[in-house]
Amino acid sequence: MAAPTDTAEQTSLDAGSTVVAPAGAPEAHSHVGGRTVRPTAGSHLHPTVSADPEAHRVPTGREEVWRFTPLRRLRDLHADAPFGDGSVDVDWQQPDGVRVAQVRGEEAVALRGASGFVPTDRTSARVLAETGSAVLVDVPAGAVVTEPVVVTVAGRDTATAEAGHVVVRVGAQAHVDVVLVHEGSATLAQVVELQAGDASTVSLTSLQEWAGDAVHLSRHHLSVGRDATVKHAALTFGGDLVRVVATVDYAGPGGSAELLGLYFADAGQHLEHRVTVDHDATHCRSRALYKGALQGEGAHTVWVGDVLIRASAEGTDTYEMNRNLVLTDGARADSVPNLEIETGEIVGAGHASSTGRFDDEQLFYLQSRGIPEDVARRLVVRGFFAEVVQRIGLPLVADRATEIIERELALTGS
Amino acid sequence: MSTLEIKDLHVSVITDDAPIEILRGVDLTVTSGQTHAIMGPNGSGKSTLAYSLAGHPKYQVTSGSVTLDGQDVLAMTVDERARAGLFLAMQYPVEVPGVSMSNFLRSAATAVRGQAPAIRTWVKEVRGAMADLGIESEFAERSVNEGFSGGEKKRHEILQLSLLRPKFAVLDETDSGLDVDALRVVSEGVNRYRETGDVGVVLITHYTRILRYIKPDVVHVFAGGRVVESGGPELAEELETNGYVRFTGQPGGVTVGGQR
Repeated sequence: MAAPTDTAEQTSLDAGSTVVAPAGAPEAHSHVGGRTVRPTAGSHLHPTVSADPEAHRVPTGREEVWRFTPLRRLRDLHADAPFGDGSVDVDWQQPDGVRVAQVRGEEAVALRGASGFVPTDRTSARVLAETGSAVLVDVPAGAVVTEPVVVTVAGRDTATAEAGHVVVRVGAQAHVDVVLVHEGSATLAQVVELQAGDASTVSLTSLQEWAGDAVHLSRHHLSVGRDATVKHAALTFGGDLVRVVATVDYAGPGGSAELLGLYFADAGQHLEHRVTVDHDATHCRSRALYKGALQGEGAHTVWVGDVLIRASAEGTDTYEMNRNLVLTDGARADSVPNLEIETGEIVGAGHASSTGRFDDEQLFYLQSRGIPEDVARRLVVRGFFAEVVQRIGLPLVADRATEIIERELALTGS
Repeated sequence: MSTLEIKDLHVSVITDDAPIEILRGVDLTVTSGQTHAIMGPNGSGKSTLAYSLAGHPKYQVTSGSVTLDGQDVLAMTVDERARAGLFLAMQYPVEVPGVSMSNFLRSAATAVRGQAPAIRTWVKEVRGAMADLGIESEFAERSVNEGFSGGEKKRHEILQLSLLRPKFAVLDETDSGLDVDALRVVSEGVNRYRETGDVGVVLITHYTRILRYIKPDVVHVFAGGRVVESGGPELAEELETNGYVRFTGQPGGVTVGGQR
C-alpha cells in the first residue's frame, strides 16, 4: 500500500544546460545558445574583458547576463551614474595578525585587479577606474587570524551613487575569516576581490542586510591559490535590488572553492546571485550551494550558476545546487545552472536545481504530531536554510542569519 | 474512559483525474483499554483509513462521521486531531531535512501538552524513552527520519507515541519491514504504552506475526474498503490458516511471519 505522495504542488526542474565538447576537439570553443564564443575570455558569458569602461557597452537588458535584471531600478548604476564620495561609511574590527586599512592614492590604484580580476562590465570597470580608495584586508603569509575580520559598509542615503573597492589579500598558508556586512540605505557599485595564497584557508562572507531602498551591484572575484581552500558566502536579505556576481578561478592545481548562498526575498525585492567557476587548473574542486526563500507579490530571485571545465582542467570535481522555496503566490524564482565541459578526464561534474512550494508531506507529518501549521512551516524553513548556515560555520554569521530569517518569517506569519 | 467512533465513513482519494472512492462505509468503535487489529489484503483501504483519521489532505471524506468522545474529529485540522489525542504511527514516516529529532520531539510535546516540558525532566524523559527502544542517543541530533533505515523509522514512531501519550494510537503496518528483534522491541514499546492505562490501539497489519507480541481484543477483517467481519483473536488464527480468500474470493493472502 503506497503512502500518499502528493507532489502536485512541488515542481522540480533541471533547467540547466550541459555542453560537452569532445576531448581534443580541433578548435577550442564552446557553443552557447547557438553562438560560438571563444573560451579565452574571462568566461563565455562575459565575452568582453577590459579595464577600460568605454570598452563595455551600457547594457540594454537583452544581454544574457542582464536579462533578468530590471535595469530601470538600478538608478543608472549600470550606465554612467556619477559616483559621489561620502554617503557610505566603512568601519571594521581589526584582530591581531591582520592589517585592515582604507588605502588611497597609489596604493589604492595598485590594488585594482589585485586578484587578477579584469572587469567584465561597465560598472565594475568604472568602479576600479574611478574609486580613489580601497579597503584592504591584508593577511601576511603564515598568519593565522582566529577572530573573524568584520568590515561594515553602512549607507546613509540613496541619492548619490557610490563606488567601493574591497581587497582581501591572504598570503600563503595563512588563515582568515572575513565578514563583509552591508546595511543602511545606499546606491552602491562595488568590486570585492579575494586573492587566496597557496595553501591558505579563507572564508569571505558578504551579508546584504540593506534597508528596503538600497540598490547594490556587487562584483566578486576569487583567485584560489594552489592547494588553497576558499569558502565564499553571499547572504542577501535586504535591498530593493541586489545583484551579486561572483567569479572564481584557480591560480594553481589542488584548489578548492565552496560557494554558499542564502537569500530571502520579500514583496517587490529583486535578489540576484550569479556564480561562475572557471576550472582552468588540474585537480581543483568547486561546490556551489545556494538556497532561497520567497514571499510576497513581486518577490523575484535569480540564481545563475556557470561552471566551465577547460580542457586543461583534468581531475576537476564540481557540483552546483540551487534550491528555492516559494512561500506565497506572486513570487518568482529563476534558477539556471550551466555546465560546460571541455575534457572528459574529470572526477565529477553535476548540477541540480529545484524550485518548489512547501512539501505538503513534511507539513502533514509535523502537524500530525500536534505542531500547529505556522510553527511547522517555521521549522521547515529553518531546516531548509540550516544546511547553508552550518556550512558557513561562523557563529557570528549563523546568529545574524537566524535572527533575520525569524524576522522574515514573522512578516507573513508563514 | 474515551471512545473513538467511526460511522459509515466514505473516503475518496484525490487524484489528477476524478476522485476514487476507497473507503465504502467503515464502522468501527474503539474504547480505551482495547486493542483492535485491522487485518486485510493489500489495497483493501487499511492505510487510507489510517491517513483519513489523521486528516491527510490527499483524502476526502465524502460522508460519515468520526468522533472522539463526541467531538467531531473530521472538523479538526491535522494538528488539532493530534492535540485532541489521536496519533498515527505511519507506515512511511516522512523525512524532514534540517529539523533535528530533538527539536521536533520538543515542539510536538509542547504542542500536545499545552506547555513546554521542563528542560531537565524532558531530557531525562527522552533519554529513557530512547533507551527503552534501543535508539542510540546520537539520533537526537539527526534530522527527522533523514537517512534512517526502515527499522529506525519505526522505532522513532513508537518513540513519539511514548512521549506524546495519545488517547488513541493508530499503528499503520508498524510491523512491515522489521526483523524479529526490531519487531520485539517495537512491540514492547507499544505494550508499555498500552499499560499506561486508559488508551486504545488500532493495529493495522497485513500479517499475523505482530499479534504474537501485541495481543488484540478484537480482530476486524478489512476488504473492499470496509470492515467485513469482526471477531476475537481466533479470527486472526483463522486468517493465518486460510488467508483472505474467504473475503476477497482470491487465492493467496496471509503469510505467516512473511516478508514482502
